[in-house]
Amino acid sequence: MTDALTLPNSLRSQPDANGHFGPFGGRYVAETLMPLILELERVYREAKADPAFEAEFAELLRSYVGRPNPLYYADRLTQAIRANAPAGMGAKIYLKREELNHTGAHKINNCIGQALLARRMGKKKVIAETGAGQHGVATATVAALFGMECKIFMGAKDVERQKPNVFRMKLLGAEVVPVHSGSSTLKDSMNDALRHWVSNVHDTFYIIGTAAGPHPYPELVRDFQSIIGKEIRTQMMEAEGRLPDLLIAPVGGGSNAIGMFHPFLDDPEVAMIGVEAAGEGLDKKHAASLAGGKSGILHGNRTYLLQDEDGQITEAHSISAGLDYPGIGPEHSWLHEIERVKYMPIKDDEALESFQTLSRLEGIIPALESAHAVAAAEQVAPTLDADKIIVVNLSGRGDKDIFTVADALGAEM
Amino acid sequence: MDRLSTRFAACKAQGRAALVTFVTGGDPDVGSSAAILDALVEGGADVIELGMPFTDPMADGPAIELANLRSLGSGTKTKDIFAIAAAFRARHPDTPLVLMGYANPMLARGPQWFADACSAAGVDGVICVDVPPEEDSEIGPALRAAGIHLIRLATPTTDAARLPTVLNGASGFLYHVAVAGITGKQQAAQAAVEQAVARLKAATDLPIAVGFGVRSAEQAAAIGRVADGVVVGSAIVDIIGSHGDAAPPFVRAFVAQLRDALNASSPQFRETAA
Ligand SMILES: Cc1ncc(COP(=O)(O)O)c(C=O)c1O
Repeated sequence: MTDALTLPNSLRSQPDANGHFGPFGGRYVAETLMPLILELERVYREAKADPAFEAEFAELLRSYVGRPNPLYYADRLTQAIRANAPAGMGAKIYLKREELNHTGAHKINNCIGQALLARRMGKKKVIAETGAGQHGVATATVAALFGMECKIFMGAKDVERQKPNVFRMKLLGAEVVPVHSGSSTLKDSMNDALRHWVSNVHDTFYIIGTAAGPHPYPELVRDFQSIIGKEIRTQMMEAEGRLPDLLIAPVGGGSNAIGMFHPFLDDPEVAMIGVEAAGEGLDKKHAASLAGGKSGILHGNRTYLLQDEDGQITEAHSISAGLDYPGIGPEHSWLHEIERVKYMPIKDDEALESFQTLSRLEGIIPALESAHAVAAAEQVAPTLDADKIIVVNLSGRGDKDIFTVADALGAEM
Repeated sequence: MDRLSTRFAACKAQGRAALVTFVTGGDPDVGSSAAILDALVEGGADVIELGMPFTDPMADGPAIELANLRSLGSGTKTKDIFAIAAAFRARHPDTPLVLMGYANPMLARGPQWFADACSAAGVDGVICVDVPPEEDSEIGPALRAAGIHLIRLATPTTDAARLPTVLNGASGFLYHVAVAGITGKQQAAQAAVEQAVARLKAATDLPIAVGFGVRSAEQAAAIGRVADGVVVGSAIVDIIGSHGDAAPPFVRAFVAQLRDALNASSPQFRETAA
């Protein structure tokens, strides 16, 4: 299955020519979309080989997104963990500051890359699905930047829950389409985005917000997000003169996590934990597709899904809208099965606790998604020696979540 | 000859297109399905497409999406769909029955289980909306080994370069999706349909059935003049949406209108009638 471009014995050479990561991934779409997806793949291969594309992407990341963002040593968090750990235990915790990007999350990295592809394909209209509104805001932002018409599909429930982001998207010139079908959340907004796309393939580019969907989306989203891991590599060499021992990232569809992990997959000394949303608990309502789901086909790819014995998709739950999805990107399903990455469930209340901890100890209000990764770090760090190094991906900032958190804590705003 | 080719050949001999009708299994509930399927046959349907409900029918417009949710909401399970199919086969030994749906419910217990279940229930063919030829190995080999047709879809975006890929492994009939879009109200221009059918006929001997957006007897007749089959779905599903378990007489009457229009467009029929 290898071609000249594939590195032998590498975990970084996936997917195969047909978009499969082991048994996962692939292209499960209606025939109407197939020609477009094949064309996207061809254009992406060309762009990847074109130094001008890479240069423009890098320049926009620098001057527009504000990259590189810092790798920050969280001393007070580290000390607080050590204070409750056995002597000599408590790994050093660094935070990768994706929340400092323009628009406040990692999502923009991918949106810039895909907007460049849309322009290359001559498409003047872009669409996207969004849950919390972070990817919607990032897409609306790049649409403004590139002068493209933009429609954002958002579950009616999320439109209600995330009013500030809805207004932000409108300010940026996007049309927000409330989705009333199904459960009116992220998965349904993806269904409706696909329905719109299939009806408008000739002039519309679908900017998928995570490392999922039909091939080549999981690959290209990963590649655009890999800037996260590449920067960590350089920054950690500067800070500590060596690679980190453990990477921790939250996993919704898995784009920030795969972007962080991928550049390190071939470094066996670097361990990785992807954090799934365990909601109210794995025996109750949750969004942990690896821990609580099985392999199936949805939204263009084969991957782990929350589903019943008949293959009907079951509703996900997480306090964090960005993790509230019943699937996961196919590369994560594969990394889980080959056990290269460990996936760990974190519950709503644990994330809420870490949301507050990080705010108070470091003066950084994390997104609820990112708070899941912080919670995992707080649990794992005390079990590691003090000379070990953990990097947590702070995928986004928490401004968008203050209403949800106030509500969950029963606080008056 | 199997039921599908027998039926398409019989329609051809009558000089008319086959009437292919779609309903979602278990809509509005499992108990109502038998009477609704019988109404299709009594109205004059030649081929029955039975939809397997799915929570996320992303190739379908609001009408069929709602039908999926009505069915699941009333508790329809995969075993019920096969029970509906098997009972239909017992009542109508000669009418071809095709299961249409999405990969996840079809493959939840593996392709072999699905192919065996289709065989046991007397299902003649399967249309799996989200398994393109590129992913044929998921479902194609198991179905073909069981003698079940895997019906492929060609769309307005399927160009000449791609058509051979679609036809490779296609059997039963070729389903031409007339609009680049979802099921429902969007309609294709007659000229575009005629061009597409001519192009497909030049490339395959399989019967060509045209669907998506066919809602009226006039449209069915116009398409029937060029295609081997006409597929009507959302318009029937809308009737079930309005009338629920009281739908059968309304379904029968509407299907009869469609069938009359197809008959009338047949030169042979016009001669006999004259
Ligand atoms: C800040 C933040 N982190 C993480 C996620 C989860 O997405 P992914 O797993 O693709 O990174 C989201 C999604 O909205 C997000 O906004």
